[in-house]
Amino acid sequence: MSIQTTDVEHVARLARLKLSDEEREMFTGQLNAILQYAEKLNELDTENVEPTTHVLPLSNVMREDQVHESLTQEQVFRNAPDEEDGQFKVPAILE
Amino acid sequence: MSTSKYETVIGLEVHVELHTKSKIFCGCSTEFGAPPNSHTCPVCLGHPGVLPVLNRQAVDYAMKAAMALNCEIGDVCKFDRKNYFYPDSPKAYQISQYDQPIGQNGYIDIEVDGYTKRIGITRLHLEEDAGKLTHVDGGYASLVDFNRVGTPLVEIVSEPEISSPEEAKAYLEKLRAIMQYCDVSDVKMEEGSMRCDANVSLRPHGQKEFGTRAELKNMNSFRGVQRGLEYEQYRQAEILDEGGEVIQETRRWDDAQGKTFSMRGKEEAHDYRYFPDPDLVRLYIDEDWKARIRSTIPELPDARKARYTKEYGLPDYDAGVITSSKPLADLFEDSLKHTSDAKSVSNWMMGELLGYLNSNGLELAEVKLTGQGLGEMINLIDKGTISSKIAKTVFKEMLQSGKLPQQIVEEQGLVQISDEGAIMAIVQEVVAANPASVQDYQAGKEKAIGFLVGQVMKQSKGKANPGLVNKLLVEVLKK
Amino acid sequence: MTLFDLRLQELHNQLNKKELSVTDLVGEAFAKIKEHDERVGAYLTLNEEGARAEAARLDNKLGSDEAKGLLFGLPVGIKDNMVTEGLRTTCASQFLSNYNPIYDATVVTKLKQAEAVTIGKLNMDEFAMGGSNENSSFHPVRNPWDLSRVPGGSSGGSAAAVAAGEAYFTLGSDTGGSIRQPASYCGVVGLKPTYGLVSRYGLVAFASSLDQIGPITKNVEDAAYVLQAIAGHDAKDSTSTNVDIPDYVSALSGDISGLKIAVPKEYLDGVDPQVKASILEALRVLEGLGAEWEEVSLPHTEYAVAAYYLLASSEASSNLSRFDGVRYGVRAEQGGNLLDLYLDSRSQGFGPEVKRRIMLGTYALSSGYYDAYYLKAQKVRTLIKQDFDQTFEKYDVIIGPTAPTTAFQLGSQVDDPLTMYLNDILTIPVSLAGVPALSVPCGFAEGMPVGLQIIGKAFDESTILRVAHAYEAHTDHHKQRPSL
Repeated sequence: MSIQTTDVEHVARLARLKLSDEEREMFTGQLNAILQYAEKLNELDTENVEPTTHVLPLSNVMREDQVHESLTQEQVFRNAPDEEDGQFKVPAILE
Repeated sequence: MSTSKYETVIGLEVHVELHTKSKIFCGCSTEFGAPPNSHTCPVCLGHPGVLPVLNRQAVDYAMKAAMALNCEIGDVCKFDRKNYFYPDSPKAYQISQYDQPIGQNGYIDIEVDGYTKRIGITRLHLEEDAGKLTHVDGGYASLVDFNRVGTPLVEIVSEPEISSPEEAKAYLEKLRAIMQYCDVSDVKMEEGSMRCDANVSLRPHGQKEFGTRAELKNMNSFRGVQRGLEYEQYRQAEILDEGGEVIQETRRWDDAQGKTFSMRGKEEAHDYRYFPDPDLVRLYIDEDWKARIRSTIPELPDARKARYTKEYGLPDYDAGVITSSKPLADLFEDSLKHTSDAKSVSNWMMGELLGYLNSNGLELAEVKLTGQGLGEMINLIDKGTISSKIAKTVFKEMLQSGKLPQQIVEEQGLVQISDEGAIMAIVQEVVAANPASVQDYQAGKEKAIGFLVGQVMKQSKGKANPGLVNKLLVEVLKK
Repeated sequence: MTLFDLRLQELHNQLNKKELSVTDLVGEAFAKIKEHDERVGAYLTLNEEGARAEAARLDNKLGSDEAKGLLFGLPVGIKDNMVTEGLRTTCASQFLSNYNPIYDATVVTKLKQAEAVTIGKLNMDEFAMGGSNENSSFHPVRNPWDLSRVPGGSSGGSAAAVAAGEAYFTLGSDTGGSIRQPASYCGVVGLKPTYGLVSRYGLVAFASSLDQIGPITKNVEDAAYVLQAIAGHDAKDSTSTNVDIPDYVSALSGDISGLKIAVPKEYLDGVDPQVKASILEALRVLEGLGAEWEEVSLPHTEYAVAAYYLLASSEASSNLSRFDGVRYGVRAEQGGNLLDLYLDSRSQGFGPEVKRRIMLGTYALSSGYYDAYYLKAQKVRTLIKQDFDQTFEKYDVIIGPTAPTTAFQLGSQVDDPLTMYLNDILTIPVSLAGVPALSVPCGFAEGMPVGLQIIGKAFDESTILRVAHAYEAHTDHHKQRPSL
């Protein structure tokens, strides 16, 4: 599988990254090199191998349904780039 | 243009908020209506470094709901990330379940126009709710409130086996009733604790392949769902009639305009890049856990309905209406703890109660009537203490004040007069005062007695026992 | 000989006898920072005022009967991907250059409880992505042994600060080698615990299934003390394991006779000859102490780097999506709509390596490629883990070099990401298997430190600490200090 610049554009869009022309070219080349290297994995027959999501055999980790204290407004908005009426403000969603 | 040429195929995706005390992955309160962003913490705001910890109660509720919908419960479940950017989603992914949901392959039975139909439920999975956006500055900006983010939700996906807007409404109502009976959610469409999206397509009768579907969003009431689907059915039929092609797209129902609008251009083709959330571990649901949850499932609407018709001899329709809402059915049963006259309880609920609620646009929870009140009132009627007519006054008072009927009757002096002497005195007065009516009656116009009865009732302020009034009047007039 | 060359127990005694104050220790750290850090670049944010105030508060406790932990008063530097309430935390990224955390990471809370004093936040590769610290968006870190060389990464600041005496100990994080490799390059001890031993709550996630926090120290004993303080179950981290935490320090018995060591041939093939020579010499020392070693094979080693980059980048692409400029971080100046806000904030906020990994991960998870890349890599991960499981059936520890070479020159590899990734070939398999490993200094090659990697069974940190400690007791590599 080899990646075209159009693939790179599509992926950048999914990831919400804006790439310059140089970046697009550079990433196309580098991602191709990395993915080509990853082709190595196909040397291995993994037909009957279970995937590992977690290395440790942990399961059923849960908490009880108890309410804890929430943040103060100062904490909520300490880092907010824009705020109005106790809410986070963003530009309209139009694309 | 007609819809009758086509078969309508509808599948519904219903989101139901589970009413846990705290959120699904953090301890913030899920209480509705708090000031914006006051129920938030680093976890639900998606700050760097935070981790989710699953709320056991949310899993229990989801499992209970899945069981009540006759789903098979997975032995192994996991949580996956659904990746998409939107300001109401703080992590830019939603923790959901992709290929190992809590429940699969369930069904519910619905009744429409007297026929019963089984609708398959593909799956029920557990996920987190998003925050709430409000548009401001004339639509140029939005404000985000993250109180709702992280409220546990179950998404219930039906098979595409719903064939009409009426069936869709019946399905939703049945789903709501089941969730209510299970006590896992408030299921209020108006408050958003129950939400519905629909996939709709048409195909010529007899065709096997599905037509191209549209996904309908923003139907915020039962009526909205029905109207939205009716409109969409009509719109697609018109396109097909003209030889056109339905486009696969998401459409937004506008309740005010009564139309659906394409949301094309506002969302790109989705690629959610689901993968197992490495911050959460698998759930193994063993038989003990399943049995424990199963034991908490109460008698569900269908079973109750069957019992009401069988045990109490209620008409099928009445039993259906009363069991369609848990509060109604509970009121019915509470009443029967105080009276044995189930038929009367049902009649009062179907008539006076629902009439009052409907004409005033109220929920049962908003009136003060209790089962004890209704039961005792019916006993007072049956004993002859109050007339049915007086009972209506008592009933209204109970709705508003919640007082018990005995107290209302005493306070307002509404006890029925069954003393023959007292009634006879009024009868004689009325006969003396209305010679014309008396003459009419005696001349053979038997209907004239009605006027005289009315006069007696009026003078007794409605308290005279109507049977006795009739009997005594006839006695006096026949003399 | 400086204050920080004193053994921890000795410092503790002097504090208790009031022969030394916390203010002295904190002063020592800031003095070294003033002296060296302009050249080394280990710190991104200093907590001087806070640290001095805390030192004064702790000094009031000196001489009182109140029990003091062994970390009491010790100056600690914290890698800048662990959040510290009220103390700027940037992950060395422009996106978070103004981020003032609203909570403390669990490890930070634990260090506060132990009354260690936070000196500042340490430089790193942006979002812990990199092996040279050149990916810091603020400034690179330089190796205290040779300022023209890299300190390794991503915990380059954490390793360099210890080597330069700018902290008594530091915390780093390791996803594919980010504690061990810089420890090796800087001639200090770095321990990556078993996945699940130390809480990740408050560690800004890079690859959630791999990330672990661990200590970087001057010697093995200190690593044991610090691990003792930070290990343990945390209800805020669902992947934190509820195991009994042993007494790591008392495990340092010095006795390793009969120890069975496996040396994977794949870990010696292709490494720098001088590095290899140091490792073989270290094995001879261990033999001399009664251990036995045998060459073994971990046949899936060569697939680890590919599997790792797919898995770690996939997780990272999702983990870094929250940096959208809505609730915190630097929102790009823009007059456009929401999409522009996302695109501009993220494109301006992230450096090239971060973008590269987000791109790779997004691609690997995207529709049509998931099975070929992500799922395949997870299956290969299973095979790699099995290599370790099988080896640990017969051996107590696995030993090899930490890195194939010593620290390289700044700028020498930046244009070739793949070559850079291959520097991690000896640490990545361990991360994929989730087992613990530490790097301990084992010699020098042309003046640059070489690290010995000791790998243990899951939750058997005691054994690798014991082996490293026994080795250290019979060598003096760890006592060497760079002349700055």
